[in-house]
Amino acid sequence: MAKTLAAKLWEDHVVRPLGDGADLLYVDLHVLHEVNTPSAFDDLREAGRTVRRPELTLAVEDHNTPTRDGGQEDLAGRRQRDLIRANCAEFGIRLHRLGDADQGIVHVVVPELGLARPGMTIVCCDSHTSTLGALGVLAFGIGTGQVEHVLATQTLPIHRPKDLAVEVSGVLPDGVTAKDLALTLIARIGTGGGQGSVIEYRGSAVRGLSMEARMTLCNMSVEAGSRAGLIGVDDVTVDYLRARVEALGTGEDLADAESRWREMRSDADARFDDVVRLDGASVRPRVSWGTNPAQNLPLDGRVPSRVDFTSEQEWSSAQRSLAYMGLRPGQSMRDVEVDTVFVGSCTNGRIEDLRETASVLSGRKVADGTRLLIVAGSAAVRRQAVAEGLDEVFREAGADFRTGAGCSMCCGLNEDRLAPGERAASTSNRNFEGRQGRRSRTHLVSPRVAAATAVTGRITAPEDL
Amino acid sequence: MSTPTSHTGTAVPLRRDDVDTDQLSPARFVPYFRPHGFTNILFADWRSDPDFVLNRPEHQGASVLVAGHDFGTGSSRESAVWALQSAGFQVVVASGFGDIFRDNATTRGLWTVEVDHDVVEELWREVEADPWLPVTVDLTSRRLGFRAAESPLRIDDPLLRRLVRPGDRIAETLAHVADIEEYESSRISRGDEERAR
Repeated sequence: MAKTLAAKLWEDHVVRPLGDGADLLYVDLHVLHEVNTPSAFDDLREAGRTVRRPELTLAVEDHNTPTRDGGQEDLAGRRQRDLIRANCAEFGIRLHRLGDADQGIVHVVVPELGLARPGMTIVCCDSHTSTLGALGVLAFGIGTGQVEHVLATQTLPIHRPKDLAVEVSGVLPDGVTAKDLALTLIARIGTGGGQGSVIEYRGSAVRGLSMEARMTLCNMSVEAGSRAGLIGVDDVTVDYLRARVEALGTGEDLADAESRWREMRSDADARFDDVVRLDGASVRPRVSWGTNPAQNLPLDGRVPSRVDFTSEQEWSSAQRSLAYMGLRPGQSMRDVEVDTVFVGSCTNGRIEDLRETASVLSGRKVADGTRLLIVAGSAAVRRQAVAEGLDEVFREAGADFRTGAGCSMCCGLNEDRLAPGERAASTSNRNFEGRQGRRSRTHLVSPRVAAATAVTGRITAPEDL
Repeated sequence: MSTPTSHTGTAVPLRRDDVDTDQLSPARFVPYFRPHGFTNILFADWRSDPDFVLNRPEHQGASVLVAGHDFGTGSSRESAVWALQSAGFQVVVASGFGDIFRDNATTRGLWTVEVDHDVVEELWREVEADPWLPVTVDLTSRRLGFRAAESPLRIDDPLLRRLVRPGDRIAETLAHVADIEEYESSRISRGDEERAR
């Protein structure tokens, strides 16, 4: 019988069915970070249990980590760092700590280290684990209680999700990015459109994306309500993995693995529970106007008004968002001025994102009164950026290109925060109220739009410069 | 130990969709490590508005929170659940939940009860008219009741089983450790070294 990629991955990892539609699923790699894990280890200890497969577990310091020279964690952040170090030492778990050559945001580091390979299951106490689905991996975020379960058993009791196909036909126009495609999808299906489902991204526009762009797309699956996003294996995937293995110098022979990897795609006549179709050619650069990722529109659009909503409840929600964001119905998004521009995060902190940013900034300056903060997603990405001379472009433009790597301004858990009332154009993934600092205002954009916005101080497309 | 399968309490009508975990537990409180001391964290930023529904005296002591679409979207932080429980909530009724939030809630014994959105709208209206209206959630019959009205819960069997019989899920899994070992052996024997390393 023809199977979807999600079905293949799922069925290959069922240890035993638990009845009622739930299965005990085996976890090939369990990734941890410092924020959501302390209580899981405490509970493990209290129950007198240990970590069943520490060699299939990896920890990274990323959320609380300062990214500037001499930057400091606050007391709570330092305590979390100390706890993950102590817990990893006690249970024999490999940890990439602040300052390590392989440190960075979990979802950037794992593929860099060649640890995410087609056919695997990967879980992490972070919702954006979906990023790794770009490699034909069933990867998803879990909660702290589930972290303890995976630590103790290397398995997870979980209800099988539905299959949602997102078919993107045609080709994305020049200057339109995977971030714009993700925002287009979320605006279409809403923040709950993918609930209870795994999204598989398909179609010519998806196949035309680079591996890093695919990671951006899968990363934002969770903003559409789906726990996981997937893309079937093709030449792009295999070429990326070959390059990773070569760079790591492990001397692995990939011939056998490659044939297995190529099976990690949906069968031609596989049936999905639901299909959403998008025309790639009609996707435009996007910007969010509200306080959830579905509240976004094309860059040349205007802030929505009552006529744009079908129900009072939707309009009421929009009004609350507009009041928080300090915007008025009908206002042009290109008139919106920003204080800060942030390029980075697990969504857009990879080398291609920094290259795009540099290509727009080259020969230009950041606008007076605007701050441009650029943070590499990993130490390796930063080294690559320096090797390519991108740091010089950033410096000459007047950007603050941080020496460290980590989540930075995406999550408000470290010293990189907006002040109350400050407005940012951000390449991160969430524009929730207070996400980047108490009473802060966030507009989600692609790296290209972020860079152009930094140059003018207001929401801008590179083509406007 | 028996687990209650029914809960009756007064409700708070939170007329908001897309309530994300950054509101349930703002980032500055995430570094708390254990599920205590969270009483003033829930909706900390929204509570600065004196008219915010949770600040109203008639809703003090409520144990049922009624929200709109897509409750608990966003980050996987478990402190979102702790914040709700510390504020006295035992049940959240909504017309949709974030998947990870729902898992966290179920693990920690907070009931996430999904109903059709028109039921949410009706419940909002009724509770706004009578803040002391008792609301009953009965897991066994899969019904939500208030006044004379009864509405079905959208709840699948695995979730229902976990709510009614929480138990020690890790102990349950470790009882099948032989199955796990057999699975691991089969993976290695068929040459999946890279996935079993």
